[in-house]
Amino acid sequence: MFNRILSGDYPRSRALSALLVLIGVCLALGPFLFPGVRAFSMLGMICVFIIVVASYDLMLGYTHIVSFAHTMFFGIGAYGVAMSTDAFGSGFGAVFIGIGGAVVMSILLSLLLGLLSLRVKAIFFALVTLAVAFAFLSLVTQLYNITGGEDGLAVRSPRELGPAFRPLDSSLPGFSVVDFITGLVGQGSIGQAFNDAVFEVRVSGRHLMYYITFAISLGVFLFLLRMVNSPFGRVLQAIRENEFRAQALGYRTVFYRTAAVIVSAVLATLAGVLFALINRYVNPENTLNFELMVFILLMCVIGGMGTLYGAVVGTAVFLLAQNYLQDLLGLLVSNAEPGSLFAELAGPDRWLLWFGLLFVLSVYFFPAGIVGQLRLWAERRRERKADKTPAASPLKQES
Amino acid sequence: MAESILSLSGVRADIDQYHILHGVDLEVPAGELTVLLGRNGAGKSTTLRTIMGLTTITGGKVRFRGEDITGQPTPRIARKGIAFVPEDMGIFSLLTVRENMVLAAVNGPLDRARLDWVFDLFPPLKKFWDRPAGNLSGGQKQMLAIARAIIEPRELLLVDEPTKGLAPAIINDLAGAFEQLKQQQVTVLLVEQNFNFSRRLGQSAAVMNDGGVVWSGQMTELADNDDLQHELLGLGLGEHQ
Amino acid sequence: MSAHDEMIGQATPPQGVLARFAAFRENKPHIFLLLLMMAVALLMMDPRTWVLLTISGLAMGAMVFLMASGMTLTFGLMNVLNLAHGAFISLGAFAGASVLLWLSSQASEPSLLINLAAILPALGFALVVAGLLGLVFERLVIKPVYGDHLKQILVTVGGSIIIMELIHVVWGPNEIPVPRPEALTGAFLLPDALPVIGGVALEKYRLIAVVLGLAIYGLMTWIIERTRVGILIRAGVESREMVEVQGYRIRLLFLGVFVAGSALAGLGGAMWAMYREIITAHMGDELMISVIVVIILGGLGSIKGCFYGAVLVGLINLYVGYLEPRLAAVATVGLMVGVLMWRPQGLIPVIKV
Repeated sequence: MFNRILSGDYPRSRALSALLVLIGVCLALGPFLFPGVRAFSMLGMICVFIIVVASYDLMLGYTHIVSFAHTMFFGIGAYGVAMSTDAFGSGFGAVFIGIGGAVVMSILLSLLLGLLSLRVKAIFFALVTLAVAFAFLSLVTQLYNITGGEDGLAVRSPRELGPAFRPLDSSLPGFSVVDFITGLVGQGSIGQAFNDAVFEVRVSGRHLMYYITFAISLGVFLFLLRMVNSPFGRVLQAIRENEFRAQALGYRTVFYRTAAVIVSAVLATLAGVLFALINRYVNPENTLNFELMVFILLMCVIGGMGTLYGAVVGTAVFLLAQNYLQDLLGLLVSNAEPGSLFAELAGPDRWLLWFGLLFVLSVYFFPAGIVGQLRLWAERRRERKADKTPAASPLKQES
Repeated sequence: MAESILSLSGVRADIDQYHILHGVDLEVPAGELTVLLGRNGAGKSTTLRTIMGLTTITGGKVRFRGEDITGQPTPRIARKGIAFVPEDMGIFSLLTVRENMVLAAVNGPLDRARLDWVFDLFPPLKKFWDRPAGNLSGGQKQMLAIARAIIEPRELLLVDEPTKGLAPAIINDLAGAFEQLKQQQVTVLLVEQNFNFSRRLGQSAAVMNDGGVVWSGQMTELADNDDLQHELLGLGLGEHQ
Repeated sequence: MSAHDEMIGQATPPQGVLARFAAFRENKPHIFLLLLMMAVALLMMDPRTWVLLTISGLAMGAMVFLMASGMTLTFGLMNVLNLAHGAFISLGAFAGASVLLWLSSQASEPSLLINLAAILPALGFALVVAGLLGLVFERLVIKPVYGDHLKQILVTVGGSIIIMELIHVVWGPNEIPVPRPEALTGAFLLPDALPVIGGVALEKYRLIAVVLGLAIYGLMTWIIERTRVGILIRAGVESREMVEVQGYRIRLLFLGVFVAGSALAGLGGAMWAMYREIITAHMGDELMISVIVVIILGGLGSIKGCFYGAVLVGLINLYVGYLEPRLAAVATVGLMVGVLMWRPQGLIPVIKV
């Protein structure tokens, strides 16, 4: 059964499987495990960005297409919903009009980009997407009347998906693991810690929205897993290894590459739609920013390019770091003199500096990313075990 | 046979993930013109490139004048006195003939006397001195490629298929140039498919197959032995390539 | 001998006006496009505005040329894509601004000579700092990933983040105003007597930027065309391997070109700082878009293409910025896409990408 769900693409590493299960459980039961608005909003972001990063991995990891226009498609989805609910009110109809319009626009633009890649070689393509994304950002920022310019737009999401809607009359119990553990450590009494950890969850439309997002995120991930393990996906990988040879074998590589770009773009648009509905506010900075594009790149590479599981791990790790690293750094410098070099370098505002450093180091020393590295270690462990078995396999004779 | 100026022992080399050379043993006698023969794909060009440091050596040694030059960077090998004329000639087509020659004169400005000698050998170079090298005809490009290799005195010349695609009259001119080099005691390692050209100029010969040297000896031995030629090269004396 | 004495590629010149026009468009697309753009703009606005915008556009073009020339050479010669180039621009701006502010007493004097005592050290410092960073960056960050474009993109993006964050550490996170040196403020007034354009005010700084840009373009062209190093660079752009076969350590040349390119980026940044009179750490990112458009437009590895590309980008920015300011960025990128459709290799291609 697992074989069909995962399309035969297993994690291939016990550590990785454990990690994925952990992430999966945390996301599935998140609203009931982590109290507070901040945690809830981060869970939603992780689900949304798993879609974004996984679809980016399809291009980057599986076809080696570097594109800087991914945020553009994300923004198209987000602004599509924002603008249509702004114009047509907060009903589901407006939402679907927004989705439809955004998807059509994304398909057209990604088609254009795909055709452009016909004219220019791969390395030009990356730069061209950068310029096009910038032009789009500038357009959105300038057309104040339609898009709200730099101020952005509030998203009037349907009432059923908002905080005012209550599907259940009573509240559900939640159990905060973190609080339980800190309570245990602090007070020692299990009963007391247990009581402290229990919290009340007042289920609202926001939880509904969260679970819709979670379900879609899971669905998209499994869909992509199926896609990269299908014949189509294998051709993409063949193009990645040696495009010329793939062409020589008879594959019209332009079609495949363009298809990958289009699929990737549409999925990013979908993620943008979910983002708008969850976040309820879009502006150029949280949807179209170049910094966001770099973050997506970071998440994909740190997680592990070309694995799809890397998108899950990378997104979770990055968003957690982004949120909590700043706290950590703040703690680090709380005793230091303000204005000193140490405070400047290690201050919470400089979290990106350290993350950037980690990123660069990981490209040199762990180019396979977290998932790739875990798989490598697992494979070596398996090989060492195979060496120890008494019956030597026939392959072992060649050296 | 003279002493070896260049010797390869057990040289293995890869290009990307392909193993091309599987243990090449070759001795190139000093002051002579040695021809490296063999079928297509035997590894002749790769051998020259390997001597020059342009491929990944995975085993064996290359010695030049007794010094181990295995794995050294290409510029350093060149500076030791080895010139290389690749199969595609490698001239800079966007530069003028003059600029190509200026670049080739690594150790300073162009020596007037030597330049005159080169013009003697290859008159078109003087005629098209200030024109882009890309505008030259095939034969003229080959002349430029060789002129670059000899504008400064070098001890060893590696030349890869200079006669490929050239008209007989030009091949004749090239042969004349090589004769003059022989007179000057320049060692030449020549890869050639044109057996007549090889026979006319070569003093020593080696035949390659499947990434290794399968026969080496004097040129006369090979030239006078039809059966040996058939066995090694699959052709007889006088047969058209 | 004469049979094989012919050269190939000697065509007869085209006959007829239409044919000559088509040939002109084919052989000199950069000039064609430039004249076309200037003519169209002239039709859409009054001549006085046109003169002002054209001078401003040329000034912007000159500064963008400085910033872009390094990148096109690096890419053309070394086949290295350095997305941290924008960070060098920012760094140059901040370094230059620091010196200028430190020597503000000299900068605020009305005399040009005294101003130069502040300007030249500022520009020089920007050059040196950016160049030094380029040296460190090439050895540390770029050298391990030669030949791998994907990894180059990744590490240079990461490097860019790190450099910009370090700018924040050293200079703080806020934008810094940079007052223009006194003698360079203000404008020359064209004599009223001139027809059409009489009385137009030409900003001094912009004129100086144009002059400086032309001077450096001239210097670079001279180096590339006439010196041995230039021959080496042009040869290396064609074939790195053959240059090594001749006996040259092309790695050193790479390093030199990279350092020079970074220094020029810093110089461009410093000049831009005095132009806009305000700097932020992320100004390099915005300017990078123009740089990217310029190098793609002009043709990789070509200084001439870079120059004309920069002029085109400067002009279109100013023209469209006046006619419909909201579309300035879109127009610039649109120009790039348009030229790519017409000439996939750029206006003056040097290498085959």
